[in-house]
Amino acid sequence: MIAIYTLWLRELKKYFRSKSRIIGSLGQPILFLVALGFGLGPVFQKAGQGNYIQFLVPGIISMSILFLAVFSGISVIWDRQFGFLKETLVAPVPRWQIMLGRTLGGATVAIMQGFIVFGISFLAGFKLANPMALPITLVFMALIALIFTALGTAIASVLEDMHGFQLIMNFLVMPIFFLSGALFPLTNLPKALNIIVRLNPLSYGVDGIRATLDGFSQFGLMTDFWISIIAVAILISIGSYLFSKIQV
Amino acid sequence: MEEDIIKIKNLVKKFGDFTAVDDITFNVKKGEIFAFLGPNGAGKTTTIKMLTTLASPTSGTILINGYDPTKQQEETRESFGIVFQDPSLDDDLTAYENLDMHGMLYKVRKKDRRERIEQLLNFVELWDRRKDLVKHFSGGMKRRLEIARGFLHHPKVLFLDEPTIGLDPQTRNHIWNYLKKMNQEEGTTVFLTTHYMEEADKVCDRIAIIDHGKIVAQGTSEELKAKTNTDYLEDAFLALTGTAIREEAVKNQAMSGRARAWRR
Repeated sequence: MIAIYTLWLRELKKYFRSKSRIIGSLGQPILFLVALGFGLGPVFQKAGQGNYIQFLVPGIISMSILFLAVFSGISVIWDRQFGFLKETLVAPVPRWQIMLGRTLGGATVAIMQGFIVFGISFLAGFKLANPMALPITLVFMALIALIFTALGTAIASVLEDMHGFQLIMNFLVMPIFFLSGALFPLTNLPKALNIIVRLNPLSYGVDGIRATLDGFSQFGLMTDFWISIIAVAILISIGSYLFSKIQV
Repeated sequence: MEEDIIKIKNLVKKFGDFTAVDDITFNVKKGEIFAFLGPNGAGKTTTIKMLTTLASPTSGTILINGYDPTKQQEETRESFGIVFQDPSLDDDLTAYENLDMHGMLYKVRKKDRRERIEQLLNFVELWDRRKDLVKHFSGGMKRRLEIARGFLHHPKVLFLDEPTIGLDPQTRNHIWNYLKKMNQEEGTTVFLTTHYMEEADKVCDRIAIIDHGKIVAQGTSEELKAKTNTDYLEDAFLALTGTAIREEAVKNQAMSGRARAWRR
């Protein structure tokens, strides 16, 4: 178990050491919050959907977690390029423990980033509907973080270098974000889009966070929870399998 | 001390129809410094990868400290330390943290870890720089740190794949001294590859030369010189492996990782 702790600690140390990374990855969520929140707010209100900032903040928190989680997972590629991966691969520790440690570390970092965005959202006028539900919010933040760190690790385990990174951002991470209900309500969607949204694990995480922060849920909290748990289990399994097959 | 700590028998590694390591058999005695020499692409790195559980053999058997790397991976991994051909430190951590993390992964207890790290960092003359991030280190300092790390968990065997490549003569000299000293003081068996024949000649007890995946000669430096009727190990090496320049086989190169391609 000390191996899991060691790699978890490494992710945290690296996170706190790179201030530019912390600040840099705040840019996009804040931009979305300000541009969409204030830009589309009046339209949203007129459509009779209520306050858009209230609706949007759970989506933006999820987004910041999603991006940082995938990014943390992908860092396996950097470690491969800079050689550090080999050091962990010859250590007398089962590979799944290495993977799990990295994933827990990456997820922790992503959750912290989510909290920073959460804090900033109050500046944009976000109001907490039910403070008692915050522990459950945290659970969903953690689930999103775990799902997508594991996904990032799984992808990075089969990629050899960073060339595929743009591809992953544009054809996987961005669609996951945009087609998740983070930005718009999931009622009255075209059928095809509705199916995609329902296949997207992030939809349930966003819905869970929204349910706890704003009191509004599309799928129901229990559905959100169990689907997210299943997604975590599947992706961590796939991730550790692929990680254990890495050849250097 | 005549016990063999590394036993390799009929070892073969194929990549498709390319045979990188072709039926090699040799033993390394406990406590010796053993040089594994050969031109580029001869199969040295592939062999080290098989010995260190990073690649699985196509056929043949390996025993490291009595363990089979294909079946007893964890026991094997505990038995050796390794300094790879390319750097494998975490640049965003300090020198001390790199060693500490290694110690944690190898389950060295906290108190022992602290003492051992201090001892080794002093030994490679990096104790004063322990709190510096590794990214600010020069190539030679990184190499010394990696050597310290390799010894940290008291391995029975230390593998070094071209430990002195690209370093100035002063640093090379220091590195050989560290290795000799640790070999004498702690009895660690050292298994290394190098292209510096003169240094191999000075430091190593025994030598095996591999070419085109086959062992072409093995023995002490004196034996190899006598066999080829030459005065220098470099001449013996050239007599045994020819003077043609080798291009590393493409498959082998791809195997040895993109990291190297990136650095070029």
